[in-house]
Amino acid sequence: MDMMDKLTILADAAKYDAACTSSGVVRGGMRGGIGSASNSGCCHTFSADGRCVSLLKVLMTNHCCYDCAYCVNRRSNDLPRAAFTPRELCELTIQFYRRNYIEGLFLSSAVLKSPDYTTERMIAALRLLRTEYHFNGYIHAKAIPGADPALTYQLGLLADRLSVNIELPSEGSLKLLAPDKKKDAILAPMAQIRDGAEQSRAELKLYRHAPRFAPAGQATQMIVGATPETDRHILKLSAGLYRKYGLKRVFFSAYMPVSSSSLLPAPEGFKPPLLREHRLYQADWLMRFYRFRPEELLDDDHPNFDASLDPKTDWALRHMEFFPVEINSAPYEHLLRVPGIGVRGARRILVARRVGSVTFEGLKRLGVVMKRCQYFVTCGGRMLPGLRCSPEGVYRRLAGLEREALPGAEFEQLTLFEEKTG
Amino acid sequence: MEQVCYRYDGSFQGFLTCVFESYVHKEPPAAFLTFWDEETTLWSEREVETHEPHAQRVYKALGEKGTPLFRHRLERAFLTCLPDRELILYGLIRRCLDGEGKRVVSDLSDPVMARVTLALQKLFTEEDHLRGFVRFSDVDGMLVGEIEPKNRVLPLIGPHFAARFNGERIALYDRTHREAFFYADLQWRILPVEEFHIGPAGEAERAWRGLWRRFYKTIAIEGRENPKCQSAHLPKRYRHVMTEFMEEETNAALPAKLP
Ligand code: SF4
Ligand code: SF4
Repeated sequence: MDMMDKLTILADAAKYDAACTSSGVVRGGMRGGIGSASNSGCCHTFSADGRCVSLLKVLMTNHCCYDCAYCVNRRSNDLPRAAFTPRELCELTIQFYRRNYIEGLFLSSAVLKSPDYTTERMIAALRLLRTEYHFNGYIHAKAIPGADPALTYQLGLLADRLSVNIELPSEGSLKLLAPDKKKDAILAPMAQIRDGAEQSRAELKLYRHAPRFAPAGQATQMIVGATPETDRHILKLSAGLYRKYGLKRVFFSAYMPVSSSSLLPAPEGFKPPLLREHRLYQADWLMRFYRFRPEELLDDDHPNFDASLDPKTDWALRHMEFFPVEINSAPYEHLLRVPGIGVRGARRILVARRVGSVTFEGLKRLGVVMKRCQYFVTCGGRMLPGLRCSPEGVYRRLAGLEREALPGAEFEQLTLFEEKTG
Repeated sequence: MEQVCYRYDGSFQGFLTCVFESYVHKEPPAAFLTFWDEETTLWSEREVETHEPHAQRVYKALGEKGTPLFRHRLERAFLTCLPDRELILYGLIRRCLDGEGKRVVSDLSDPVMARVTLALQKLFTEEDHLRGFVRFSDVDGMLVGEIEPKNRVLPLIGPHFAARFNGERIALYDRTHREAFFYADLQWRILPVEEFHIGPAGEAERAWRGLWRRFYKTIAIEGRENPKCQSAHLPKRYRHVMTEFMEEETNAALPAKLP
């Protein structure tokens, strides 16, 4: 099989994995080596579906001895199979990297023979890349659930980030759809990665040359829309994972019908829940950068996000007692809660008001979205002159703004649809 | 006070020398032009040779009366494509040195500062974009690329590539500003270049490009095509020099300018 075919098969098999970021570790160039890494990561291109492409995302192999119902690579699926040799994978990575096509490698694998054997092949490839090719760029590796902890540890010494996919948002769904995987088999390596990284950080404080274990931390992903969990359940689960396992990121992946299993939504006519995925990312963002707690965003009476509003506006409209916020005196945390004011806008307001009081005119220049925030703020005790609106009017206008802001016609249709039916 | 048009070499040092001269001669600028600009103005002209110690004095004063961050922002703003950037920066420098001092620095709602901030944001966005979107070709072992940016980003992105690919030789040409970044053996330089041609791609180079294009096509998930989102992140103006948007192999190392 030639390289073109292998790459096609093994990239195709990896593409449903949502994670592609290259962030979380800083490393300058190394003399005699190739590559560096920056804390904020770097996008090298965007594919036709609008997702960023940062890493060469491929599987070591798509031969799999497991049979997870939601996965294209499941044993029972009839599909061309391929495997990279470590050398092929290194050449591909280095030649793409030199041409600045990519920021690094994202290596995952289906389970060939056994978790241990698979992990060993991955280690062989990464070791060759790091030592013989002196590759100093970013590597994200997937830990294989069920592998010997000693092997996972070695993988973590070669990679910048390790991740284990939680796959489905509840144990019940997991039992049903991924009978070969146990919740514990997924959580055990997560705990191991957390502890390994902590220990490595502690050692690095003492000895500068102590081995670095997954310095960019760990991430996970789960599939949404294949099983019946609510948004609230998913958010609480991810908040728990952030806390308990010190995760850097939780990725959500709208279920794509790749299987005709009777346990899953039927492929014909099934639309992947893209809007829902988008709302979950927005909420995730609010938790990580805007100090929202999951139980603030959703509760028993309100277990799923409003399709027509972003979660922040949704929250604001349900908490009008919190508003208006006075631009000239509100603390930073309160500014952050105003729809239309981002982290950067809030910081700028703090700087600007040290010099003098901020007016609506001045506010416009600070990079806040007036159209959104005007309903929620006062400047010097007064609302924007001339602004008059009923609560329903505000809702309609904000929903209209949100529709414009959505990335793609597909989404716009979705909100319209939900509005009519819901 | 008579206004004049300053002619200088287009460097930041040169610009600071002009500021120095304007204090000495009490001549506020009506315009700034470089030695290479063919335009003329109605104003009388003063030619200024870059003078490092003089530039240095202005530089120091900006750090003391303003702040080092303010000074750094001026230096970066000088690379932007803000129309009349020299005059605007000159205005800010005067305000800072002539009394407003640190107030100029922190007043972000000031209209001039707001324009500069916006221009800086665009510069940094373009820098960020190009760190990722630059495509190199291997031409006889040298990494060669071309860009067509709005801002002068080479001083920002060049050193990044030099550090990352420090064992390679690099040439990166900026079509807009007609200058190129060169790197070899741990040394880099940016030089004006009138014409820049790359020879045809070799067989191996064409093969790698083909593999990259295939990878790029393969990872897009069918059923999720989203051109609006794609364009928001990867504006069309970058695409004509990116390998994955070139249709099958032309023989040139890089595509010609867009029609
Ligand atoms: S083990 Fe992984 S690759 Fe194999 S079927 Fe399950 S999810 Fe797919
Ligand atoms: S869906 Fe939204 S958040 Fe995701 S990449 Fe597109 S614009 Fe960005």
